[in-house]
Amino acid sequence: MKFAVCVFPGSNCDYDTYYVIRDLLQQEVSFVDHHTRSLAGFDCVVLPGGFSFGDYLRAGVLASKTPLGEAIFEFAQRGGLVLGICNGFQILTELHLLPGALLKNENLRFVCRDVFLRVENNSLPFTNRFEKDEVVVLPIAHGEGRYYVPEEELRLMEERGQIVMRYCDEEGKATEEANPNGSVSNIAGVCNREGNVFGLMPHPERACEDLMGYRDGLLLWHSLIA
Amino acid sequence: METYGLFGLSKEEYERIVERLGREPNHVELGILGALWSEHCSYKSSRVHLRRFPTKAQWVVQGPGENAGVVALDDEVWLAFKVESHNHPSYIEPFHGAATGVGGIIRDVLSMGARPIALADSLRFGLPADKRVVRGVVRGISFYGNCIGIPTVAGETYFEECYRTNPLVNAFCLGIIPAGRMLRARGKPGHVLFLIGSATGRDGVHGAVMASAEFDQKAQEKLPNVQVGDPYFGKKLIEAVLKAIEEGIVEGLQDLGAAGLAGASSELASKSECGVELFLDRVPLREEGMTPFEILLSESQERMLIATTEEKAQELKRLADYYHLEGEVVGKLTEDKVFIAFYKGEPVAELPVSLIVSEAPVYEKPYEEPEYIKRVKGFDQKSLPEPDLKEALLKVLTSLNVCSKEWVYSQYDHQVGTNTVLKPGGDAAILRVKWVVRPEVSSERLIAITCEGNGRIFYLDPYEGGRYAVSEALRNLACVGAKPLGITDCLNFGNPDRPQIMWQLIKAIEGISDACQFFGVPVVSGNVSLYNETVEAQEIRNIYPTPILVAVGKIENRKFVDHRFKEEGHLVFLIGDIRKELSVAGSEYLKVVHGRVEGSVPAVNLEKEKALHELLIELIDKDLIRSAHDVSVGGLIVCLLECLFGTKLGLELSLYVEERLDFFLFSENPTLVVVSTDRERAQELKEMVEAKGLNWLLLGRVLKENLFVLKNNEEKLLEEKVKSLEELWKKALENML
Repeated sequence: MKFAVCVFPGSNCDYDTYYVIRDLLQQEVSFVDHHTRSLAGFDCVVLPGGFSFGDYLRAGVLASKTPLGEAIFEFAQRGGLVLGICNGFQILTELHLLPGALLKNENLRFVCRDVFLRVENNSLPFTNRFEKDEVVVLPIAHGEGRYYVPEEELRLMEERGQIVMRYCDEEGKATEEANPNGSVSNIAGVCNREGNVFGLMPHPERACEDLMGYRDGLLLWHSLIA
Repeated sequence: METYGLFGLSKEEYERIVERLGREPNHVELGILGALWSEHCSYKSSRVHLRRFPTKAQWVVQGPGENAGVVALDDEVWLAFKVESHNHPSYIEPFHGAATGVGGIIRDVLSMGARPIALADSLRFGLPADKRVVRGVVRGISFYGNCIGIPTVAGETYFEECYRTNPLVNAFCLGIIPAGRMLRARGKPGHVLFLIGSATGRDGVHGAVMASAEFDQKAQEKLPNVQVGDPYFGKKLIEAVLKAIEEGIVEGLQDLGAAGLAGASSELASKSECGVELFLDRVPLREEGMTPFEILLSESQERMLIATTEEKAQELKRLADYYHLEGEVVGKLTEDKVFIAFYKGEPVAELPVSLIVSEAPVYEKPYEEPEYIKRVKGFDQKSLPEPDLKEALLKVLTSLNVCSKEWVYSQYDHQVGTNTVLKPGGDAAILRVKWVVRPEVSSERLIAITCEGNGRIFYLDPYEGGRYAVSEALRNLACVGAKPLGITDCLNFGNPDRPQIMWQLIKAIEGISDACQFFGVPVVSGNVSLYNETVEAQEIRNIYPTPILVAVGKIENRKFVDHRFKEEGHLVFLIGDIRKELSVAGSEYLKVVHGRVEGSVPAVNLEKEKALHELLIELIDKDLIRSAHDVSVGGLIVCLLECLFGTKLGLELSLYVEERLDFFLFSENPTLVVVSTDRERAQELKEMVEAKGLNWLLLGRVLKENLFVLKNNEEKLLEEKVKSLEELWKKALENML
């Protein structure tokens, strides 16, 4: 599989993502910068975490207005696989490739810690290696991760299987206590209707090696290359 | 006040300048000399004493005197690191003061040609805590470090009355360099100076002078002196500079910090044994109407000066454009050893480079033992009433110096870069070394980082405090299985014009030096922050002498342990220098339970300390222990609870203590570590401890149930749910805020 890792000025998980794809998955991967106008030839485009354009104005909004932003939009429209992690998720909502918005965390503080996640939809190209309702551990690190959609939209998304991951406790219960940022309905990751665009706040690229104390992130990457 | 006084210069210093120049310096020249002759830049009060530090070892590539120290991790990777203070700005404007402290230390490490991969912070706040300062500082560090994409992996936070108006913010950064590719602030005559990064504004004019003066009631008037940081520009600057290095278009590098362009260019010229010409009208400016004085001395952040050839400067310009950065040739290095700045064709300052950089006076200020020393040493702990054990435990466990600092470090991204093996919260952080782009580099070895600096112990006895702090820093490394490579230190003290403060400084340096010498650990970089003093109507307040040591170590074979107990049934031992009478001098217990800061700091037995470090590394290498945790602030009982927190396990302590139990449980005596192991390995463990001439004491065993049970001489004294104690410990800081 051929991956593209998007680099906007201020992206900072670009190298980490590149490392996982190149060194751990041993797949073909290239960086594409914000001037890039076409993503033809790639199978999967990853928008990594970071602070694209310094998060000025609003996280993700400036990146969505670049030539690369447009190219990502087109690539997704044509059915290409697009994965947005953290700031990448924010960019995807700004591009309207994903519904909803990501607001400042409820307690207004940046939060970096491990979370338990329940896999709600394991039928996507991004999640087919997970079990349905499986509880996994991934780290989060964000200041603007509170997912929001209006209630009616949320209901429809639920019906269409667009809720992909929820914050939960160790037993898999999506409790208020297990919600690290105040996201509506404990949502940590969502996909578009077609299921080819997936955005999540947790960092699967940080959770792929035993040495670092994680392995659940690998399931996501292995789903993609299966 | 005379004009020179406004620039922080004394009458004698001014006269010396006039004599050397054979004329009166003009306003701009005076500004430059005032900034560069400040304590912050010239170390004029501390220099003679700093010479004591051992700085050499076979693996040291670059000792003190450059932007950061550099040591070899192995044949492939070198490590550049340094700690620096940003204390004064962080009181005046906590958010930006702390943020720019982080930004500044990152550029110091970048100046060595290194990719910065880890940050750490040592913080000191007042008591009762000034919430504005605590929240602002933590938010500032979080804002800058997270956005620039460098993980904050270690740190410490303490609260004491003495830091109320003089909080300490010491920031550490570590970077990696492919072996043999270190850069320094060096160029040749004919090289041009390319200024890259942010545009220059009025912020921070005079910062170095401010950082070298004490506060009075007008501290807030110094607000415009504080710089404003932009981590987004910082990130772009790192990428641009590393790209330029990769392309081979950089000859020498110097960051712009204290005293701005004047400081950076004269420093670079001095180290290159050149002169320098600057053309101030070429400097990209943020605001209109800036004077030559302001352009030279602005401390605007996110700027670097690159020495290179004229042709390569054209390529640098293209690179700057790509990264949306300002970039211009603003000067050149010359044969003569003169610093000369032109503005619109007219010279506005002309000074010998050496006068600016190396002719600042060196002072041997008078010193004298302060009176309090005799008083605190006269303290007899036997006179203390014995408190209720549970009450005392709860007080200590929830004190701000003992409780969990998760509220702080959970606001820092400690994993970006995916090199963080052991996260904050243990004895030392561990990093692996892997980077894929600019530079592509990796190592089988791991790096350990720990911060240490107990101001209270230094206050009670600066000399023993120095030995105590070095010992503890290296013990923390040993607890995770790491051998020390080097130390970087930031010496935070009060006003050195007071002989009592000068005495603290000299004694602390002696203690640190003697211990480093003994352990064979070099001090490879550092910084001095003096004048942490506040003069108010009724009170003159100096901080505790607070040297912050950051120790960096290496783990050879990827074998390490953390501090947490692992399994039910494991045996828990105390190992090290177990003395008959354990002292509570300077302990958290003595302060929060008895309200006293007193005592004779127990002298570290360095021989035993060293044996303990070697032992720990061997035990970890041979898989003989499953956890290790140093007995530190809060004493043994806190140490044991910390080994339980974050697990679901419990502990049954079966003690046979004849002396006072409160001393045994709350002493912060050095050279003690709690380890756990399974029954099969216990015998070998004991034998190895004895072979090193150290003692062991079986404390108890790990329980499956989440209970903390304490028995002494078969009598049960405590039985608590670990979970409830953990909640109290975890929430104490947040509750206060």
